[in-house]
Amino acid sequence: MNDLFDGLGQALRLLVTLDADLIEITGLSLRVSLGATVVASAIGLPLGAWIAVNRFRLRRTVIALLNALMGLPPVVVGLVVYVILSRSGPLGVLGLLFTPSAMVIAQVIIVTPIIASIAHQTIRDLWADYHDLLISLHATRRQRIVTLVWDARRGLLTAGLAGFGRAIGEVGAIMVVGGNIEHATRALTTAIALETGKGDFAMALALGFVLIALAIAVNLALHMLSGTERSSRW
Amino acid sequence: MVSPILPLTLDGVELRRAGRRILGPITLTLGGEGISIVLGPNGSGKTSLLRCMHGLERLSRGSLGWNRADDQVRARQAFVFQTPVLMRRSVIDNIAYPLRLDGVPAGRARRRAADLAETIGLAVTLDAPVQVLSGGERQKMALARALIRAPEVLFLDEPCASLDLASTAEIETILARARDAGTRIVMSTHNIGQARRLADDILFLDHGRLIEKGPGPAFFVGPLTPQARAHINGDLLP
Repeated sequence: MNDLFDGLGQALRLLVTLDADLIEITGLSLRVSLGATVVASAIGLPLGAWIAVNRFRLRRTVIALLNALMGLPPVVVGLVVYVILSRSGPLGVLGLLFTPSAMVIAQVIIVTPIIASIAHQTIRDLWADYHDLLISLHATRRQRIVTLVWDARRGLLTAGLAGFGRAIGEVGAIMVVGGNIEHATRALTTAIALETGKGDFAMALALGFVLIALAIAVNLALHMLSGTERSSRW
Repeated sequence: MVSPILPLTLDGVELRRAGRRILGPITLTLGGEGISIVLGPNGSGKTSLLRCMHGLERLSRGSLGWNRADDQVRARQAFVFQTPVLMRRSVIDNIAYPLRLDGVPAGRARRRAADLAETIGLAVTLDAPVQVLSGGERQKMALARALIRAPEVLFLDEPCASLDLASTAEIETILARARDAGTRIVMSTHNIGQARRLADDILFLDHGRLIEKGPGPAFFVGPLTPQARAHINGDLLP
């Protein structure tokens, strides 16, 4: 119990004193996770919408696969990305291993199925409502997808936030491909794992509290920016 | 002069679902002008007929052809559903939506939507979300959205089914005005009084088949089939 209070106290101290290391690893965590969420959204949102409005062979299989991939084990993703980016791997020439870019790549792979799957569910429900109208108005396939994505933006924000939540709390993949290198690839989650391993539970807890606060702050900020709780407006 | 999309010809049109025939075979030519009212008991195929005509259903058998065979055919028709489809947008953006699909700039589309809303008497805050509208206002909004492209043919599926008398009268006024402006209207209804007021001609369906077709006044004075007579008289049939 003492460790908990020590951790809380230390978290406050780190925040109040604007500890340089804390700022650095928090900044890296934010950059990597937000970057991965943006890239995964750019892939996952149109993909989810496309699957929702089109009928094609193996559609059910694709949806089932997408849902299954939501539970991808991060360590395995990290391992696969490691092999691909390692010097002897097919993309080794890019020299991305143990860089923040490698961490973003791994997180994009983990987060994209989550965003695509939630987006598919959201858009499928809206498509059921809009189907006859959009067909009747002779909307092109592209116009249908643009309309559905725009009108479902609140639900899609939730998809993005779910993706960000998974990314910011992820440790296995970024540990493998980033290497947890101080001043280079150390993120909040990998730093927590390191401090726990060293037995410095107070510091690990402090970083944990910062991580939770960060996740809540980003969620609140996005909700406020998009006006989700203003009921009188879409 | 752009050639009209009418007449519409249905040749042996049949619609089946799960092996069960729910419409047809129907052979019919829809031309001219005015308002055609589709009458018939529940399950007679009124909605299916309208949806087939508008191209919302894939025909199981038969064929359907318009006077033109290009993209303009769909763009020059509109459909008002029994339950208005409310897009998650403001009232004015719902009405302006078809123009936005046509590439009309947002400002111009919204101005035209506002003008049309005023013309049809939709006296609500146009920037409000469409969900705040009453049932009658929602149907008026749906009508405005359907009329904004000035369609040549307008299909309506029981547009006044859940409206009170005042809202029904307002909708009928809008429809009469659209007819006078040259829009060909095909509408289903259960309301015999409304059919008497609006019909230039009647299509009477029973068990998916078109069993009577003719001018409105003649139909109501002397229906040719016992089913139509019973329907007009409100008789309870087994």
